[in-house]
Amino acid sequence: MRLRALRAAFPKTLPVMAGYLFLAIGFGVLLRKAGFGTAWALLMSGGIYAGAMQFVTIDLLLSIATPLESALMTLMVNARHLFYGISMSGKYRQTGWMKPYLAFSLTDETYALLAADKVPEGVDSRWFFFFISILNQAYWVIGSVLGSLLGQMLPFDLAGIEFAMTALFVAILVEHWQKKEARVPALAGFAVSLLCLIFLGPGGFAAPAILVICGVLLLLPGQREAVQ
Amino acid sequence: MEMRHLSIILAVAGITAILRLLPFLLFGRKGRNIPTWLMYLSQVLPSAIIGLLVVYSLRSVNPFYPPYGLPELLGVATAVLMHRWKHNTLLSVFSATALYMILLRLF
Repeated sequence: MRLRALRAAFPKTLPVMAGYLFLAIGFGVLLRKAGFGTAWALLMSGGIYAGAMQFVTIDLLLSIATPLESALMTLMVNARHLFYGISMSGKYRQTGWMKPYLAFSLTDETYALLAADKVPEGVDSRWFFFFISILNQAYWVIGSVLGSLLGQMLPFDLAGIEFAMTALFVAILVEHWQKKEARVPALAGFAVSLLCLIFLGPGGFAAPAILVICGVLLLLPGQREAVQ
Repeated sequence: MEMRHLSIILAVAGITAILRLLPFLLFGRKGRNIPTWLMYLSQVLPSAIIGLLVVYSLRSVNPFYPPYGLPELLGVATAVLMHRWKHNTLLSVFSATALYMILLRLF
């Protein structure tokens, strides 16, 4: 049962593997340059496990920021994760002892993989969720440690491979677009985010964008009936 | 200094974990009914958030500065077309990423 779930989960995680390994190696290299060794890379990728925020954390460590300021910064950068939890609380209801880990490891990419797809036929959904979550974090941790160990002496130039993340989101968006009832929310999400990015800038647009998206989706006439 | 560094990491990890766990603590148990408006949101949010993530992952592209976001635009177009054509996520991701990496070196 577990092997079957692992076999179904692994291929789905390959795009994330490409993106995470590269981004995490970049993170490990930067952290090493900032003067923090492999133990710190392990601590952060194991304990924080949030891509963009970990890069911000390097800046916080080097600055004069206090823990309280760091907490507030985290709140702004990662507020979108609240909504991942809300939308997965139904799917994860029957997951028992795994639930704390599944919730902890719900990154953008893991959320994108699990919210998008139905669990394949005949596969145990709990173990499928679990393997996707833990494989993704394994790539992230391994990449960070590799980056930290290698420093800047990487033997090959992988600049641009982080685009795998964008391409994955685009492919999933196309997938959603093919379901009629998902079109309005997908379009609303895309358009509102673009507007928020233009008006608020790349630093802190995600959380306000989600709030506006929720507002738009709740107020759109006819939408609620169309879904239920 | 070690202590300050550790407490910063602890603060970041703590807030991130709270943001991820809180919804499950509030709505995850049996017998606690999720309000209908929230049920509705949880059905439509996945599609909307994927739209957000596409924008989010492209947030640092500058369309007013060479190469004007062209590698990203062509990469996204490749992912869309490949996915409509073959419906294979791996294929879409790898072809778009490969093209993007090549374009990045050409421009």
